[in-house]
Amino acid sequence: MRILLKNARVIDPSYGKDSIVDLLIVDGVIEKLGSNISAPKDIETYDLTSNIVAPGFIDMHVHLREPGFEYKETIESGCLAAAAGGFTAVGCMPNTNPPIDDAGIVRSIIERSKNVIGGIVDVYPIAAVTKGREGKELAPMMELAEAGAVGFTDDGAPVEHAEMMRRALEYASMMNKPVIQHAEEVSLTRGGVMNEGFVSTTLGMPPMPPVAEDLIVARDIHLVEYTKAQYHVAHISTAGAVELVRAAKFRGLPVTCEVTPHHFVLTDEAVRSFDTNTKMNPPLRSNDDVDAMKEGLRDGTIDVIATDHAPHSFDDKEVEFAYAPFGIVGLETAVGLAMTELVETKILSIINLIEKFSVNPRKILHLPAIRIEKGEKANLTILDPSLDWTVDTRQFKSKSKNSPFDGRRLRGKAVGIINNGVAYFSK
Amino acid sequence: MPLASRHLLGLEGMSKNDIQLILDTATSFREVLERPIKKVPTLQGKTIVNLFFESSTRTRTSFELAERRLSADVVNFSAESSSVRKGETLKDTARNIEMMKIDMVVMRHAAAGAAHFLSNVIGANIINAGDGAHEHPTQALLDMYTIREKFGKLEGLNVCIIGDIAHSRVALSNIYGLKTMGVTVSVCGPKTLIPKEIERLGVDVFYRVEDAIKVVDVLNVLRIQLERQNRPYFPSLREYRQYFGITRERLDKAERPITILHPGPVNRDVELSADVADSEHSLILQQVLNGVAVRMAVLYLLGTGK
Amino acid sequence: MVIKSRVIDASGFERTLTRLAHEILERNKGAETIALVGIRTRGEYLAKRLAAKLQEIEKKELRVGFLDITLYRDDLRDNPSQPILKGTDIAFDVTDKNIILIDDVLYTGRTVRAALDELVDLGRPASIQLAVLVDRGHRELPIKADFVGKNIPTSIGEEVRVLITEVDGEDAVIVVERGAN
Repeated sequence: MRILLKNARVIDPSYGKDSIVDLLIVDGVIEKLGSNISAPKDIETYDLTSNIVAPGFIDMHVHLREPGFEYKETIESGCLAAAAGGFTAVGCMPNTNPPIDDAGIVRSIIERSKNVIGGIVDVYPIAAVTKGREGKELAPMMELAEAGAVGFTDDGAPVEHAEMMRRALEYASMMNKPVIQHAEEVSLTRGGVMNEGFVSTTLGMPPMPPVAEDLIVARDIHLVEYTKAQYHVAHISTAGAVELVRAAKFRGLPVTCEVTPHHFVLTDEAVRSFDTNTKMNPPLRSNDDVDAMKEGLRDGTIDVIATDHAPHSFDDKEVEFAYAPFGIVGLETAVGLAMTELVETKILSIINLIEKFSVNPRKILHLPAIRIEKGEKANLTILDPSLDWTVDTRQFKSKSKNSPFDGRRLRGKAVGIINNGVAYFSK
Repeated sequence: MPLASRHLLGLEGMSKNDIQLILDTATSFREVLERPIKKVPTLQGKTIVNLFFESSTRTRTSFELAERRLSADVVNFSAESSSVRKGETLKDTARNIEMMKIDMVVMRHAAAGAAHFLSNVIGANIINAGDGAHEHPTQALLDMYTIREKFGKLEGLNVCIIGDIAHSRVALSNIYGLKTMGVTVSVCGPKTLIPKEIERLGVDVFYRVEDAIKVVDVLNVLRIQLERQNRPYFPSLREYRQYFGITRERLDKAERPITILHPGPVNRDVELSADVADSEHSLILQQVLNGVAVRMAVLYLLGTGK
Repeated sequence: MVIKSRVIDASGFERTLTRLAHEILERNKGAETIALVGIRTRGEYLAKRLAAKLQEIEKKELRVGFLDITLYRDDLRDNPSQPILKGTDIAFDVTDKNIILIDDVLYTGRTVRAALDELVDLGRPASIQLAVLVDRGHRELPIKADFVGKNIPTSIGEEVRVLITEVDGEDAVIVVERGAN
């Protein structure tokens, strides 16, 4: 493989690089980096004028659904969706069937991902905290880590009990792996289908109060303070939880968090349509919460943008709101939404954006840092920041089309990735 | 002018003119109900399905009577939501029904938004007969009709809805409808059963019946679902009755007579004492009669014209 | 509105009603057993006018009721505009009465058919007699009026309008082109 990228704006926050150069990539390694590299014979050349080349993006919160729910998504379709969305890596969640609580499953997922477009997307399994994600016994975390798990979570459900959380934090810290929490006090959200507030009141929908998230984040931060273990809040969605993380960081605790694009773009007002693609957990919150997400992203409290990509088949979602499963797909809209809603609006610089899609999540998961320098492995995401496009779910590579953003006009898109010696362009 | 929508999904957003039209039309049907032959040929040849995923003998009977008195062909389909959920989806059920050439569907369903969902997947006119804790528009319309019949007007009156507001489709539809018609609306109940931010709908909130009674013309007393006792909303039925039950003694403290409404069936001596339910100020039986007329009006307005 | 001809003016209107009143009394041998039922909208006012005349002659209170035949119409399914219900208001029992059914214009006969159906749902009258101010022909049903104010031969393209003071500000019968406002 030999590729020449011409006139690209290369941004690498790891060493403060931001300049327009050419890149020559041979067999997956950056062979040259400089201006006016002349093209050797029969090389694929791409003119990337006004495009950005960034370290490869990772979505650390993806439900690949395999094994068990292959009618919603497979490792193959999920990796294709990731590639189309501009991600060279994904962290995949353990709520499969069987769940990722066994080293064999970790290995098989990694293995299977290597066959998709030559293994262009690195799949990093995030294994279960407890056996069967049942909250009763710890999963074999050391074995899971050795097989390749990069973190632990019971996502889809919280680690409910305080002692289980304490022990999980202590045990995972031996392997230097984060525990990722789906923060929800379930006794407060039982039966709920949307955020509690004025909209749930006017729709008569069983509510999920935001305090259910705040409570678990607050409790867990106390446990982090006590255990000194690394902790990450998945899909943070409330102003209260962001404030708690902000305070924890101020005290120097190893606490990080991620937000999904839908939680900084949509509010619970969207539920008024009764569109089941506005049903997710955590639910879409209030306007104040959305403002808090943006402020958290701006001031660095929120480290990561991750999608909580949750594919569901058309039939799963084409039901009464109350009976629809939670979740939406996100891999193919995340970068566009973030560029439109955060970069275009000057809430984040493009450098901040790259940190939240690449640098920070890789740090949290202790993955090797990417450097765009001569001699380094090429792990790159290519962005066209001024491309105007319309989301069309029919074009999704994901098996599932459950997105509330169908038809939305966006500015800025990930147009290609290069990783493991393979290039993929979606433009 | 016909109604703005070809469905009756709820009263949220319905215009004053449309509500007025339904109530005025219902007056004509009240007269029909007084005739020796209480039946008109208006909806001859129309087929209506009563699709009840939650059992509700009263509402279903009232709709069925209204349909038959308009000479429509009526099919009843009853199924508990849970058993349908296991197999056939609502969409499949609805599509099957549609293939049987149905003109209108009256649906009761446990999930909020189910009637909206149905109106998106099939072409028949949809009448929401209650969707979860969301709306129950015909109940609110018959409540308004009954109040208007008694007072000769709606505007300027003061109505309080008392009870389990948080889980009540009757409360929400009444709030939407009454507010549109210029009524001062309040809700009353234990704080645990008052949903968040309800004041933003423009209603006052009382936690004491005594405070509500001071200002209202009408008390719409909601049924306490006995199964709510399984969750910590209030300590016991005994305490509920003691502090929120509508009794003769409480009403006697009011300066003017207070009219009592209740969507039925009444838990006697829980939310409403027997002597109040049967008193001259209670319009509970009148509501049942008006219910048929109001439903005939809705069926007529949606079922005729193009 | 282009008025093609003014068939009856205000004084003619009055004379026609008076004649109709006398004919009704003649046929029924007085007002003892009769009751008037006007078909809404204009039949209602004609019934009131006729009742006043009959009472003047007979010096006796007369039973008057009003019929809204909308619910019995045979064109509800296809009618794009939905008629507003004005309600039937007949405060007496129609059983065993000689009902004088009153309408402004007799045309296809479909309105009268609906009115007959509604009346028999209300009870079992001894007889039903039909009085109209104008018969313009073009019947589509086997219906004939017992009392006719005036026969006006028309073409299909024409429309006969009865104007009445209570609704229209004057008493008159005019012929206009169909579709005129």
